[in-house]
Amino acid sequence: MGVYVNKDTKVIVQGITGGTARFHTKQMLEYGTKIVGGVTPKKGGTEVEGVPVFNTLQEAVDATGATVSVIYVPAPFAADAIIEAVDAELDLAICITEHIPVLDMVKVKRYMEGKKTRLIGPNCPGVITADECKVGIMPGYIHKKGHIGVVSRSGTLTYEAVHQLTQAGYGQTSAVGIGGDPVNGTNFIDVLSAFNEDPETEAVIMIGEIGGTAEEEAAQWVKANMKKPVVGFIGGATAPPGKRMGHAGAIISGGKGTADEKIRVMKECGIAVADTPAVIGETMIKVLQDTGLAEKCKTH
Amino acid sequence: MNIHEYQGKEVLREFGVKVPNGHVAYTVDEAVQAAEKLGTAVTVVKAQIHAGGRGKAGGVKVAKSLEEVRTYAEEILGKTLVTHQTGPEGKEVKRLLIEEGCDIQKEYYVGVVLDRATSRVVMMASEEGGTEIEEVAEKTPEKIFKEVIDPVVGLAPYQARRLAFNINIPNELISKAVGFMTGLYQAFVEKDCSIAEINPLVTTGDGEVLALDAKLNFDDNALYRQKAITELRDLDEEDEKEIEASKYDLSYVALDGNIGCMVNGAGLAMSTMDIIKYFGGEPANFLDVGGGATAEKVTEAFKIILSDPNVKGIFVNIFGGIMKCDVIAQGVVEATKQVGLEIPLVVRLEGTNVDLGKEILNESGLNITSADSMADGAQKIVSMVK
Repeated sequence: MGVYVNKDTKVIVQGITGGTARFHTKQMLEYGTKIVGGVTPKKGGTEVEGVPVFNTLQEAVDATGATVSVIYVPAPFAADAIIEAVDAELDLAICITEHIPVLDMVKVKRYMEGKKTRLIGPNCPGVITADECKVGIMPGYIHKKGHIGVVSRSGTLTYEAVHQLTQAGYGQTSAVGIGGDPVNGTNFIDVLSAFNEDPETEAVIMIGEIGGTAEEEAAQWVKANMKKPVVGFIGGATAPPGKRMGHAGAIISGGKGTADEKIRVMKECGIAVADTPAVIGETMIKVLQDTGLAEKCKTH
Repeated sequence: MNIHEYQGKEVLREFGVKVPNGHVAYTVDEAVQAAEKLGTAVTVVKAQIHAGGRGKAGGVKVAKSLEEVRTYAEEILGKTLVTHQTGPEGKEVKRLLIEEGCDIQKEYYVGVVLDRATSRVVMMASEEGGTEIEEVAEKTPEKIFKEVIDPVVGLAPYQARRLAFNINIPNELISKAVGFMTGLYQAFVEKDCSIAEINPLVTTGDGEVLALDAKLNFDDNALYRQKAITELRDLDEEDEKEIEASKYDLSYVALDGNIGCMVNGAGLAMSTMDIIKYFGGEPANFLDVGGGATAEKVTEAFKIILSDPNVKGIFVNIFGGIMKCDVIAQGVVEATKQVGLEIPLVVRLEGTNVDLGKEILNESGLNITSADSMADGAQKIVSMVK
């Protein structure tokens, strides 16, 4: 089980002939992901890692029956690639590309309204369902099948949390990176709600960072709807206001989006917040012990 | 990316947004010549720095003669202005805007920003011009009006009208205000702005609607398609180390502490600063080397950190995903060979090719302290710089 992708998911790689995409296509195939095709205009008829390449996404979908795509297309062309995925009526498009102009994403979001496709990202590590399917750029070996769901705005912090869980013997269902941009396809609430419905997931780690108010809204949602314990962490407590901290979305502006405010609201809504990124795993284990879920979630 | 007020006004002019006549001046003589050219009874001498709050800091003066223009230009040029946005060290004024004075009837606020909650562009307006909008938002939120803009149709005329009526622009100036707002929105989307703020927008005695100030910021991710805007960049306004970092596509922000950080991934980089502070240290910078860094890029990153004289120790914290640990290790070794290393260095490596990375560091003969985890590394570097 897990969310969004599993062992039967057929995946297309958009922009498959680029260097990063080639490297990760190989990694995803090695993990066991069913990569059934790739798309690069004018490279139709060739192969990458034994995967057939098509000129258009529609051709690739018609030939393979894929329902998910992962996008490695360079930023200037990424918005077009997302729209192509929406028009091919995929269930899910995962956009890894970073540095997409934000006004491109404003148009993309508007275009997606009322359409079938879910977008995860952009500027994200992707989605992995442990031991089943890896769609993205995360190091596969740190994950282990289990019962904890992870959702995060940051790639490397996700790895950090997953690694801590695995080392302590607590596996994961899925880890979902929603990306560090101010305009993205899937938000915390979407993923929390998917984990809430997933029978295998017993508890969830939610990793946010400074900027915007998505964490506060998610915390309110957790308080009202979540049936499973949630542990949180917010990066950027020491970031100065007005400075963009790498991620386009990680900026404190007009006094909004501070870590203190997010942590305050999360705690108020019953979320246990880790003091440092080094104890995200520990904090979760303590919560599992307190709620009697530790035995069930321990995987070795 | 930020630009100066006078540059912002040039951009707005292209879109039919009315601004007072004015010229940029780099010297006192140029300032006087500019005032002569304007030939108006009243001239405003405005310091051009990338920060707000210039008026309160003495960076804006109204001159009633050419002599006064000279006096004020002499006073302001070369002066270091300290405002609530410059930090305590302030910013030196190297350019002036010499602008015609105008007969202000009333001041308003109009701003265009991205609204993250709706994923749309929003235009905000208020009758409370001249003051900080954050202050208005806090004290009298009912005085701020917002229109959420559909990217397909743009700012609809009725929306601009509604804003103008809501902030009580006089009836006879409504059409001009609508034209102003429409132009401002056009400028925002066509130039890939992240903020376009007019504070104040003014109505004048001769029946004009003018932008008395203009703050335009641009989306760094869109600069590749905004060549004309990138030419407006003023390197004097930026931190030297940040400029150097941007050449190598490194995301670097200078801070006040003494522990240099090199991390991959923005979230981990921010959290590394946090954990250093948690254990009682002070980070000297935020530095995300990114996912696809080469050994050369890592070398440059290391050199930038070492160029900060405040740095008394370095913490490298890497969780390799796309980033391979051996590449980081090679970069670190290369950089220390080039520039030497006399301060403590703590390295924590995890993820892709971690064993290879550790081997490279061990065989380098460098005095490197290795750490098993992020917390271990942070504690080690904090105790070593004390």
